[in-house]
Amino acid sequence: MGIFDRLKQSLTRTRQGLVEKIETLVSGHKSIDDDLYEELEEALIQADVGMDTAVDLIADLRREVKARGVREPEQLTSLLQELIGDILGQETVPLNTGGPPAVIMVVGVNGVGKTTTIGKLARYCQSRGQRVLLAAGDTFRAAAIDQLEIWGQRTGITVIKHREGADPAAVAYDALQAARSRGADVLIIDTAGRLHTKSNLMEELKKVGRVLGRELPGAPHEVLLVLDATTGQNAISQAKLFGQATGVTGIVLTKLDGTARGGVIIGIRRELDIPVKFIGIGESVDDLRPFHAGEFVAALFDRRDKETV
Amino acid sequence: MIKGVKQMVFSGLAEKLQETFRRLKGKGRLTEADVDEAMKEVKRALLGADVNFQVVKKFVQRVKERAIGQDILDSLTPGQQVIKIVRDELAALMGGTQSKINVSPKPPTLVMLVGLHGAGKTTSAAKLANTLRKTGRRPLLVAGDVYRPAAIKQLQVLGQQLDVPVFSMGDRQSPVDIARAAVEHAVGTGRDLVIIDTAGRLQIDQEMMDELAAIKAAVHPHEILLVVDAMTGQVAVNVAEAFNSRLGLDGVILTKLDGDARGGAALSMKAVTGCPVKFAGVGEKLDALEPFHPDRMADRILGMGDVLTLIEKAQASFDADQVAKLNQKIKNVEFTLDDFLEQLQEVRKLGPIQQIIGMIPGLGSMKKMKELGDIDDKELVYVEAIIKSMTPWERNRPHEINGSRRRRIARGSGTSVQQVNSVLKQFEQTKKMMRQFSEMGKSMKKGGRVPGNLFTGKGNPLF
Ligand SMILES: Nc1nc2c(ncn2[C@@H]2O[C@H](COP(=O)(O)OP(=O)(O)OP(=O)(O)O)[C@@H](O)[C@H]2O)c(=O)[nH]1
Ligand SMILES: [Mg+2]
Repeated sequence: MGIFDRLKQSLTRTRQGLVEKIETLVSGHKSIDDDLYEELEEALIQADVGMDTAVDLIADLRREVKARGVREPEQLTSLLQELIGDILGQETVPLNTGGPPAVIMVVGVNGVGKTTTIGKLARYCQSRGQRVLLAAGDTFRAAAIDQLEIWGQRTGITVIKHREGADPAAVAYDALQAARSRGADVLIIDTAGRLHTKSNLMEELKKVGRVLGRELPGAPHEVLLVLDATTGQNAISQAKLFGQATGVTGIVLTKLDGTARGGVIIGIRRELDIPVKFIGIGESVDDLRPFHAGEFVAALFDRRDKETV
Repeated sequence: MIKGVKQMVFSGLAEKLQETFRRLKGKGRLTEADVDEAMKEVKRALLGADVNFQVVKKFVQRVKERAIGQDILDSLTPGQQVIKIVRDELAALMGGTQSKINVSPKPPTLVMLVGLHGAGKTTSAAKLANTLRKTGRRPLLVAGDVYRPAAIKQLQVLGQQLDVPVFSMGDRQSPVDIARAAVEHAVGTGRDLVIIDTAGRLQIDQEMMDELAAIKAAVHPHEILLVVDAMTGQVAVNVAEAFNSRLGLDGVILTKLDGDARGGAALSMKAVTGCPVKFAGVGEKLDALEPFHPDRMADRILGMGDVLTLIEKAQASFDADQVAKLNQKIKNVEFTLDDFLEQLQEVRKLGPIQQIIGMIPGLGSMKKMKELGDIDDKELVYVEAIIKSMTPWERNRPHEINGSRRRRIARGSGTSVQQVNSVLKQFEQTKKMMRQFSEMGKSMKKGGRVPGNLFTGKGNPLF
């Protein structure tokens, strides 16, 4: 399947889902009443928005309904989408520029999709005419270097690597030198997955950042935190602690091709000033897309997978 | 300050419920309105821990029914009473400890690991091999993930580290054929435990789910374990339901519990599949797989911390005399820098300090505790050098070590004044933590049953 078919497919699913959801939510209600509000709140919670954020959103919604004199249940959902859009930002935020090379560090907890995202991101940059270099900064996990190298082969991009167990900061340093001498526009650095609560491992990340900054003022220009959409409220803690340690500049929300909605990013966005820049919608090299709040919100109310409890 | 620390430790649901019930003092029976109020807090705690919304709804309903009209026992406050009901229900729902796998009377026993992408299947496969080998099994690991780049290599490297054989046929054969051949291979080479790693997949991907069903039909695993990330949100129920209805699960491995996730997914899993969580992954190392304790998980989900694990670890590590001596010293504020050094070495025996601190909610996010957790082995050398550069007088009166003394100590130990400062600060923190250990220990010794006592007993620091 080509890239456009894929996009279309995932979008259609999203739209269908939204329409269905709105219809079922709203059709049962002749007027805006407490039941409707409650159902919307439940839909938000089931999308991992979190109870506190969901409650606040519904309170805001009630206020807006009053202020604008909204009467039709149909208008509620679009109003709610607008409110969430205000939190998430209506504009698509592009990657930070800088360098050359523009240095992108990719961080996150274990298994969220960092390495896969790097493969996709490399293709994305490539398709915009940029020369890309990859750095195998995960020197810890078994076969992590081999994994990135396979993505390098798939995209025809060179991977700078050391051996397993090497100092990730040294890999980053070498990669930066290589990127300069080869005239690369973008350098993307993989890092080992780590739990945000392990301060020694967070120090290691800080060190990578410091080494890059010393060699190239302003680097890393982008620190992308990869969040798995299936993650619940713990993602807030991840965003906070990775943010504190590495100054995260953007979020990539992966695995949105599943049934998870990733609603937790609304809470994250309320508390922290980190934009979501990309979403991952599959395992192939083309399955990365810039984030659009509107589409995301539409998908929040999608129920492809009926509740079964 | 000590009081502050304790409040941080036990903040969360217990405290909120205490607050809710404070104004109810003197009432002899829980009314519906009281309980409704309390249930709001319980609901918030459970949702905050990512227990699935539907599961929460049902759970709260059940607890409410049990709580309304109950006489408040003499020994308990209304808050304690509700917590006790919530906790009992939660622990009961999660079932007893069942960290056993079904062993086939006719070897080899076949275990298959399944789950979403990035849940931790490959690492868990290796950990399981390691754990079960210790019970005398002869494991064979099977590289059944032919899709993710370098997944086979990953398992091979882990197998090598453990010195456990890994069966692979590359990534061009179907996982069904690989599984079949692996079983033959195990029989031929006298392996009595076959652990099959599979690729991560979405529960809505029919083709990929069919593949798992085909492996099952081909080799009939004795044990199919769903590997679930402890950080999983609301979707956990859909995932569990889909895998269970297609494959018939035998148990769950909950991974990444060494972080600060409250792990509500554990409850959702059990509620949906009826399968017990059998093992918990608590670190990246290959020995970081533990039996799962439902009662402790209940506390964690409720935000009460894995205090029991901590106490148990502390008990196993400190001998009784030492604890008694230490308690005495702490009470008399005699705890000195010499003791500190000794304790630092002892506490480290409990495991990585970060992990210990992480078990106590509130503590893990306290900056000061973080500083304490930052002590690593290398730093221990400095700590030792610094303490040894102090005079006996100084070691007994750390709070009287002024600026010029600090400078001298820094020179003498080849460190900086900042390092000396930070050791003194860490000393103060440890003193506080030790005092907490000792208080926990005290409340445990008084009453018989440990878990009940900690949360409901009289004279307990919680209430
Ligand atoms: N369905 C789906 N799977 C994804 C997506 N992104 C990554 N994955 C899968 O998630 C799994 C883990 O991805 P990795 O890229 O290895 O994750 P990582 O964060 O680099 O993992 P560690 O380096 O081990 O911490 C792999 O099976 C990927 O194929 C996505 O958007 N959708
Ligand atoms: Mg990786």
